[in-house]
Amino acid sequence: MENFTPVSGFLGGLLIGAASLMLLMLTGRIAGISGILGGALAPDARDRGWRFAFLAGLVLGPLAVALARGALPEVNLQTTVPGLVIAGLLVGYGTRLGSGCTSGHGVCGLARLSGRSLAATAIFIGVAAATVFVLRHVIGS
Amino acid sequence: MRTTLAAGAAGLVFGIGLTISQMIDPAKVIGFLDVAGNWDPTLVLVMAGALCVTVPGFVWARRRGKTLPGDAIEWPSRTDIDRPLVLGATLFGLGWGISGFCPGPAISALATGVWQVAVFGVAMIAGMVLYRMTPRF
Repeated sequence: MENFTPVSGFLGGLLIGAASLMLLMLTGRIAGISGILGGALAPDARDRGWRFAFLAGLVLGPLAVALARGALPEVNLQTTVPGLVIAGLLVGYGTRLGSGCTSGHGVCGLARLSGRSLAATAIFIGVAAATVFVLRHVIGS
Repeated sequence: MRTTLAAGAAGLVFGIGLTISQMIDPAKVIGFLDVAGNWDPTLVLVMAGALCVTVPGFVWARRRGKTLPGDAIEWPSRTDIDRPLVLGATLFGLGWGISGFCPGPAISALATGVWQVAVFGVAMIAGMVLYRMTPRF
């Protein structure tokens, strides 16, 4: 567990929670990122403004940290380009079909004590851990 | 305009949180998901930190019944665990496990200019459009 970074993880988590509460208490919306992006893509969307503003903020966040630190955050890719294409399609389709991702179900849904979000979160973490196990320890061993 | 500014500020704080917690880095996320490998429980602390704010915050929001400017809060209303929820969460889990990217970190990681992140982003949007075009079951 030498990679464990509990303090920065917890602090970052506090900010993620604060951002979700900000969005809820200032705009009345749940901070589910797949829902915000999916809604922005709808051809008949009338509320694109706040959606694109939130998404733009998400991209500006790492740049703000980079300004303070003088270095961009690390992004170490874990799969090939074809792997990223397949994963992207699965994440996009799956989060819309399942009505949420790590933020909407994981952070906001669990906070509401939603059984639906608890089930979704348990399933996607379980399936993701099983996928990593198969890819790294069964096929990749 | 007020809603747009508030949403932009919330997105910015969310993105800073993803960066400080390193959830923007798929290696960090895979480190959590890889329970049989060199396990890194950081993601648990990130979730705990977020819930420390959202659990009491959402109780306050529920009691207050409206936003700070006084508008209605759009609470999700569904409670059923149905087939689309289970299938959708399964497909998402597969993609998350392959790449280490979920939607928020993938969008934030675009800021680093690593072109492969944009490949994931375009595929994710294509998956969302595909969902919109397929009939509901």
